[in-house]
Amino acid sequence: MSTSPKNTQSFNEHYNFAYLDEQTKRMIRRAILKGIAIPGYQVPFASREMPMPYGWGTGGVQLTAAVIGDKDILKVIDQGSDDTTNAVALRDFFKQTTGVSTTTSTKEATLIQTRHRIPEAPLNGDQVLIYQVPIPEPLRFLEPRETETRKMHALEEYGLMHVKLYEDIAHFGHISTTYAYPVMVNSRYVMDPSPIPKFDNPKMHQMPALQLFGAGREKRIYAIPPYTDVVSLDFEDHPFTPQEFSEPCALCAAENVYLDEVILDDKGSRMFVCSDSDYCEGRRAQGHKGHMAADPVHSNELSEA
Amino acid sequence: MYVAVKGGEKAIANAHKLLAKDRRGDTALPALTLEQIAEQLYLSISRVMAEGSLYDSSLAALAIKQSRGDLIEAIFLLRAYRTTLPRFGYSKPLDTAKMKLRRRISAIYKDLPGGQMLGPTFDYTQRLLDFTLAANEEPSQPDIQTAQIEDDEDKPESTPRVTEMLANDGLMEPDATIDEHHKVGDLTREPLEFPANRDLRLQNLARGDEGFLLALGYSTQRGYGRTHPFAGEIRLGEVEVELYVEELGFDVPLGEITLTECQMINQFAGSSKAPPQFTRGYGLVPGQAERKAMAMALVDRSLRWQELGEDASAPAQDEEFVLSHSDNVQATGFVEHLKLPHYVDFQAELDLIRQLRENWFDQNTPAEDAAQEAAS
Repeated sequence: MSTSPKNTQSFNEHYNFAYLDEQTKRMIRRAILKGIAIPGYQVPFASREMPMPYGWGTGGVQLTAAVIGDKDILKVIDQGSDDTTNAVALRDFFKQTTGVSTTTSTKEATLIQTRHRIPEAPLNGDQVLIYQVPIPEPLRFLEPRETETRKMHALEEYGLMHVKLYEDIAHFGHISTTYAYPVMVNSRYVMDPSPIPKFDNPKMHQMPALQLFGAGREKRIYAIPPYTDVVSLDFEDHPFTPQEFSEPCALCAAENVYLDEVILDDKGSRMFVCSDSDYCEGRRAQGHKGHMAADPVHSNELSEA
Repeated sequence: MYVAVKGGEKAIANAHKLLAKDRRGDTALPALTLEQIAEQLYLSISRVMAEGSLYDSSLAALAIKQSRGDLIEAIFLLRAYRTTLPRFGYSKPLDTAKMKLRRRISAIYKDLPGGQMLGPTFDYTQRLLDFTLAANEEPSQPDIQTAQIEDDEDKPESTPRVTEMLANDGLMEPDATIDEHHKVGDLTREPLEFPANRDLRLQNLARGDEGFLLALGYSTQRGYGRTHPFAGEIRLGEVEVELYVEELGFDVPLGEITLTECQMINQFAGSSKAPPQFTRGYGLVPGQAERKAMAMALVDRSLRWQELGEDASAPAQDEEFVLSHSDNVQATGFVEHLKLPHYVDFQAELDLIRQLRENWFDQNTPAEDAAQEAAS
């Protein structure tokens, strides 16, 4: 858990605070407010080109840039971890352009920008969770046309989605969507939760923190206000079931968390470790120890922390 | 391990160092100057300015140098920089009839008012590698003789466009008109919504990837949404940009930009919506970019099927398909984002595929094996 102090020196005087000009931030804030007012509705916004590629978090970055203030403490995760390449690059971007403090601690952060995960530790009402979204339209792979899907949302016409889920059950005996599992927000809009594993879906329901979703390339913003109902789509006789893991984290022994499978050699040995690296480190600091925690290979990696 | 549990930060810094080293290449050779790039690789500059939507040749040269000649990367750099520039206003519409022509050809008339002017083009060259260039020598500077239009005292203020000449006969659909109160769209300020008007479509195509438009335009020539095109007119030259300044109450010239314009003329047998006449596709690209302007004009015409009452059957006619996939900065970002770690999602898929395989083997195990297994 490292919290870096404010770094005002790296603030780049050639660019505005948080890169975007104030007019653009205002435009984005308007879209955010509209999104909060209509939970789960995709608000079109005039997404800008950002200095990172489309598909690498430009939507999330624009949201963060629009809401970040100099007292904020920012955490950026990708695949649950603060140390994956893109999380590092995005955190550096905001360090450079805002000079705000950054942290890897879920608890200390006021803003958390994430790709593909919701942290394991529960969030509170003073935090904002910002998701990077590749394809905001939950109906896109059923109907490629925007003109059609917007109509379907307007008319609350979600039959196609239910048929898809039903066909899964008819073919496989269960719903075969494992991530980006569609949810119903506030009993009105079907929403794509971004490609988080369905394991994380229940965390969105009645979450005290504000959840913002940004899709830069597709030019859409949507939101879930605090304490909003978010229900994963299912059928009475085939209720929604999140992933379950048969073993605990090999490093911190945590159960009921999302695990990544790590391949150890070419003979098929593998271990399962927490996807949320901050959560895992926190547990180990408290003395929890998984069955592989003493493995020298991994203690090496950890000691670098 | 490319995503180590820790150490990402250091690896990234090292990757940046390696990139900087490779970009510079052999330090025994002099570094490229921006002036060299801007002067000698002007067609690259043109493409980067057009698709980067920022008309500044020195910034484009910097982007090309920084991107090691990867033009899409250079376009991306320019777009990202463009984001940070405040928007002062919109220029007055350009009048390409007033263009200071450097090239102007028509493929439909042997001669026409204003004349044919070949200008600087690869078109009539033999594509033979020129080894005098390899020896870093210049072919002896040719004695350039052009018609003395520029010095001519009665040089016309403007050169009429071929389409206007045909329009006088009623054979050609007139220039598209725009409602006086129609605010011309700007997809860099408002998100693109469908169906899109022609102004937005043209803006999208003008910023679109040259290769994508080339392939789509080509597909219309090969029968996927055939439009029977003729190159009515292609012109290259400089046009003055003017801005109306509210405080001053008059138009202020800002300078000149180079433009390539293509008017494609298409045979049209008529439909319930429009009489038989020649119809048009339009291409306009900043800089010198004939291939792109022509492809753009072909695609623009194809996208007009609805307005002209034609049937749509081909990819180049499909507005959502074309406009949603023309931007190479968007396309390259999303394609290349597959390099980012996806192991959370992949883990979810691993679980699923294991489960599906289990079910499959349960169902497809021959009955006797199952019986034997049960017995053993």
